[in-house]
Amino acid sequence: MTISSASAAFTGNDPGNRLYGPVPDVTGQSGYEADHPKRVGFFTDTSVCIGCKACEVACKEWNTLPMDDSHGVRDVIGMSGMSYDNTGQLGANSWRHVAFIEQSRAVDLPMPTFGRPGDDRQGSGPSPAGAGDSVSLANAQQSVLNAEALSEFDPQTGQTGADKQIRWLMSSDVCKHCTHAGCLDVCPTGALFRTEYGTVVVQDDICNGCGYCVAACPYGVIDQRKDDGRVFKCTMCYDRLTDGLQPACATACPTQSIQFGDLDELQERADARLVTLKAQGVETARLYGRDEDDGVGGDGAFFLLLDEPEVYGLPPDPIVTTRDLPAMWKAAGKAAAMMVGVAVAAIAGSRRR
Amino acid sequence: MTGGITSPGSGWRQADSGPATQRRGGGGKKRRRGGGWRGRGEVAMVEDVEFTSYYGRQIVKTPVWKSPDVPLYLFLGGAAGSSAILAALADVTDRPALTRVGRLTAGGGSILSVVFLIHDLGRPERFLHMLRVLKVTSPLSVGTYILAPFSAAAGATAAVELLGWFPRLKRFGGVVAALFGGPLATYTGVLLANTAVPSWHAAHTQLPFVFGGSAMAAGGGITMMFTPVAEAGPARKMAITGAVVELAAMHKVENDHGIESEPYHEGRPGKLMQAAKTCTAAGAGLTAIAGRTRLGAVASGTLLAAGSLLTRFGVFEAGIASTKDPKYVVVPQRERLAARENEHASTITR
Repeated sequence: MTISSASAAFTGNDPGNRLYGPVPDVTGQSGYEADHPKRVGFFTDTSVCIGCKACEVACKEWNTLPMDDSHGVRDVIGMSGMSYDNTGQLGANSWRHVAFIEQSRAVDLPMPTFGRPGDDRQGSGPSPAGAGDSVSLANAQQSVLNAEALSEFDPQTGQTGADKQIRWLMSSDVCKHCTHAGCLDVCPTGALFRTEYGTVVVQDDICNGCGYCVAACPYGVIDQRKDDGRVFKCTMCYDRLTDGLQPACATACPTQSIQFGDLDELQERADARLVTLKAQGVETARLYGRDEDDGVGGDGAFFLLLDEPEVYGLPPDPIVTTRDLPAMWKAAGKAAAMMVGVAVAAIAGSRRR
Repeated sequence: MTGGITSPGSGWRQADSGPATQRRGGGGKKRRRGGGWRGRGEVAMVEDVEFTSYYGRQIVKTPVWKSPDVPLYLFLGGAAGSSAILAALADVTDRPALTRVGRLTAGGGSILSVVFLIHDLGRPERFLHMLRVLKVTSPLSVGTYILAPFSAAAGATAAVELLGWFPRLKRFGGVVAALFGGPLATYTGVLLANTAVPSWHAAHTQLPFVFGGSAMAAGGGITMMFTPVAEAGPARKMAITGAVVELAAMHKVENDHGIESEPYHEGRPGKLMQAAKTCTAAGAGLTAIAGRTRLGAVASGTLLAAGSLLTRFGVFEAGIASTKDPKYVVVPQRERLAARENEHASTITR
């Protein structure tokens, strides 16, 4: 059987879920023999990410990716100016991207806060009722130069009746290696293909830079290198995998936030982790890309997030564009037939000369 | 684990009001590049929707397709496709002047569109890699196999028409071009719609009709400019019908898709669409009134072609604009999720 870069929908290996929905064996469906390796993936557990960016560095080093700024402009040092995140986005030159979000919220708890040590010392809390309290608070604020500005901008000193908490969300984003990969579906040259590990990889020597995959990715992962013309994205270190090594990012991750392994095993591990976190009271924890019934048939690289996906710059409900392709072709066929019909009618309805 | 993370419920907000506000005064270069730096506050003024995003950054990538290459390709392919159909039918009904003009339009348009398509590639010298595979899931692959035979047939027919050789081969070439003409004009709608670009994908069943209608308006308009008015009746009829189809389909694109229709009304794409509609409507009206005079035919044909061209640019740029603001990705997807939640309350936590 030949390995095909054509979508499984047209190799006849998957009559049930041709363009959409869960696929039990995406690798076999792509034409690999039954003894192909198991599908591998990433499970990125953002609850233990410390934002060290070792994954970004390891990825750049191993894959010899050029430097770029937070907009993907090559060989430019550019600070994003928005946070500790100066990578900004995934792109042709950044295949791992650590998102960094600083959040605050007002807390109105019946007891003194249990968040930061400083809170208790200042005797803060929801009710500054006692006169002594407000006096000491005022003193504390006056003792700091520009206290007003600080209380406005620095959450640590923001004692305005209701207390504030802050938290940092960090998440290492990566190509999702979708079950139904839009980039793979629309590639007109066959440069993008499904590897024996079930990952999606671009062949540099085939890609002609048409850019269709860039527009088709629902996550905005793959991009074109402007000076080169071709597109680039995470390969899940295909070269390392074939030598029995783990991808560079997973190897470098010091907290096991990035876990690499067989996808089914990772999914079990993620489910267990979610149960643990929920039991510990982390109610905002959720898995992203884990559900095989989602719009892309589940991701090969999925995440445990602590807030809504869009907070991390991820689409909340991505759907592979080719799901709707049959309807589009039908419309195009009808429109083409309409054109012929109109032309025939125009000819028939006109007197000859 | 800190108290922050283990605390139940939400209420978390971006801590500082503003990377976006800081960025607003930033250099022009960055603004043009990023495009998605508008903050929540600014967005809220435009449209009364609430959504969160990662520092206002865009989620899907902006297509790397170049302007004017791609809009011109869409326009020329459409005009060539519809005039090839017209030429073949004019040929069998013995309308030599219309046949000739149609064939030359089809031939010239197809050759130029091939040039623009290849020029748009990141690696133009690798154009032939398109012919390695045929993939029905890739409109660009299918389009290559439509454009290749079309441009070969239409180009050869036009050349033979100019040189006056092989009259019988001419008819065959013309018929082949006509067969691929319709698909060439309408597949481009699928080409744009089969992407993650919000404003294109939302209109995925309508864009082929917009482009088909626009192709007929342009093809009919161009052929009636150069054909003696006595013989240009079919071109006029096709142009008017095409213009009506284009306007009707475009009306649906612009109004049926909620927030995803918004980019068709705003900014530069909005102006382009407005100009396109004006030109197309004026061209169709003028064709009906004055199409039988030389001057009227030239004026209305020009208006129709301009309308078609502006439509392609407008649709193209509206899609580009919809990638640059995360709200066009987040809001429709949130609505979709909410609708699904309502349908069956016990969905799996994502």
